[in-house]
Amino acid sequence: MKELVVISGKGGTGKTSLLAAFACLAKNAAICDADVDAADLHLILNPQVRQRQDFVSGHSAAIDPAKCTRCGLCRELCQWQAIDEDFVVDAIGCEGCGVCYYFCPEKAIAFPPSTCGEWFLSDTRFGPMAHARLGLAEENSGKLVTLIRQEGKKLAEVNGLGLLLTDGPPGIGCPVIASMGGASAVLIVAEPTVSGRHDMERVVQLSDFFKIPAMVCVNKFDINLDQTHAIEAYARERRVTVMGRIPFDPAFTEAMVQAQTIFEYDGIAPGARALKTIWNRLTWELGI
Amino acid sequence: MIISVASGKGGTGKTTVATNLAVCLSGDVQLLDCDVEEPNAHLFLRPAIQHVETVTASVPLVDLDKCTFCGNCAEICQFKAIVVLGGATVLPFHELCHSCGGCLRVCPEGAIREGARELGVIERGRRDGLEFVHGRLRVGEAMSPPLIRKVREAARPGAVTVIDAPPGTSCPVIAAMKGVDFVLLVTEPTPFGLHDLTLAVGAVRILGIPCGLVINRADMGDARVRDYAAREDLPILMEIPFDRRIAEACSRGELLVEVMPAWKERFLALFKAIEGRLAHVRAERKAAS
Ligand code: SF4
Ligand code: SF4
Repeated sequence: MKELVVISGKGGTGKTSLLAAFACLAKNAAICDADVDAADLHLILNPQVRQRQDFVSGHSAAIDPAKCTRCGLCRELCQWQAIDEDFVVDAIGCEGCGVCYYFCPEKAIAFPPSTCGEWFLSDTRFGPMAHARLGLAEENSGKLVTLIRQEGKKLAEVNGLGLLLTDGPPGIGCPVIASMGGASAVLIVAEPTVSGRHDMERVVQLSDFFKIPAMVCVNKFDINLDQTHAIEAYARERRVTVMGRIPFDPAFTEAMVQAQTIFEYDGIAPGARALKTIWNRLTWELGI
Repeated sequence: MIISVASGKGGTGKTTVATNLAVCLSGDVQLLDCDVEEPNAHLFLRPAIQHVETVTASVPLVDLDKCTFCGNCAEICQFKAIVVLGGATVLPFHELCHSCGGCLRVCPEGAIREGARELGVIERGRRDGLEFVHGRLRVGEAMSPPLIRKVREAARPGAVTVIDAPPGTSCPVIAAMKGVDFVLLVTEPTPFGLHDLTLAVGAVRILGIPCGLVINRADMGDARVRDYAAREDLPILMEIPFDRRIAEACSRGELLVEVMPAWKERFLALFKAIEGRLAHVRAERKAAS
């Protein structure tokens, strides 16, 4: 089974719209939304949830005021200043390191596991889908990404599908790192702006660092041809396969408003035609 | 006063708003780019960088001559960042370490001392009167919040500090919003924009910070973001229409107020609106208490 992870470095380059469109074209794919922090793919794919589970990860400290003698040791030890003068733990500030819990001489601190999100196995019109939702202001997004990708792989295996299409998170930090490990390839959706190019370069360096084969395509390429050329030149220099260009096309936003992929909304829109070509190259590159 | 410019969804124009707002203000103004995974503000501001500093996190170094393989460090570590193998060796995994200091403290033999893992760099500089600070996460480093907190230490009381926050709603953006005076949420009127906005508003409300909206590419998409704002009593403080000239100027790294100077007035009006909103919230809180 092959896994293609679509990432972008910079947010808002059209990664999710592209992934949804690929899901529409693929005949044998399971789908995974690993952008757990701001998951949007479900807005187009409208998954019918079959199974829902809590995501329990890490712990969080809580001080029992009846047992606490206000000795102050925990406040001194906490590297995140998460315990205030009244010996109340700020749940958002707490990193879950357990140091206060371990050293409290009065055993006044509880350290229960925390539920920091939920995940789902669903059906969509294009195939089975694994997706998740990290709770607001929560941590452990990398662990949830790892979990949801594993679930996505299982879905593909159980259903005899040869491909997992994963929508990755923006940035280069912990969730992105978690979304790339062991992938067959990443497709970087770049945008031809100074920011888009800068961010794409960093995400190329990241895929290099973890030795994951990378491909790049430029979305809205006609907004700035100089930047498009620069992105493609950088990609070639770093041995990243250049997959093609997609023009700026309002049909992507119009399709999104209708909760459709661009192929369902207008299959001959310029954006749709460009994507079809990129998809054909992708299937060839991935050998599927 | 600290204003964080954030957005649940990436690519909505957060950096455009933060940089243009910062250059329009006069007096003691700072821009802190806390989007350390993908910092972009410098591409628009082109500051002269005067100072570069490497930021590290503390990690354990184990002296195997003193270690008796008791396993206490592995037991206290919540992040599986230090393990004892077969009673014969200790393996610290520095990239997993959260720098809590637990293993250092718990080791009965004093066999653990502090080492360092590079998180990234902080660069400081100026663009005319504007002070500029940003962090750049090292490629391969997973944890951005400690570097973000470090960038925020540059905020000076008395200055107007504009923070360019990372996208999302989890720990990095919380690190860039916690304890600020106002959060400006930049969104776009599309289903993705609305969905991520509702998450961002939820996070801002958990933190109890007053906020307002900027709607970018305001004439694309549909009306649902405005309906939501009205329902939730969220003030829309500025709208930026979709204009190919704006998109192209941004793509070249130009500031909106440079190519279309008329926007300077609007960014000043935006700042006034934020001040007005803050005064309103303060009055409300006073009345409540
Ligand atoms: S568990 Fe760690 S981060 Fe949380 S309050 Fe205790 S010492 Fe602080
Ligand atoms: S400092 Fe804390 S997180 Fe790091 S290895 Fe030691 S116990 Fe684990």
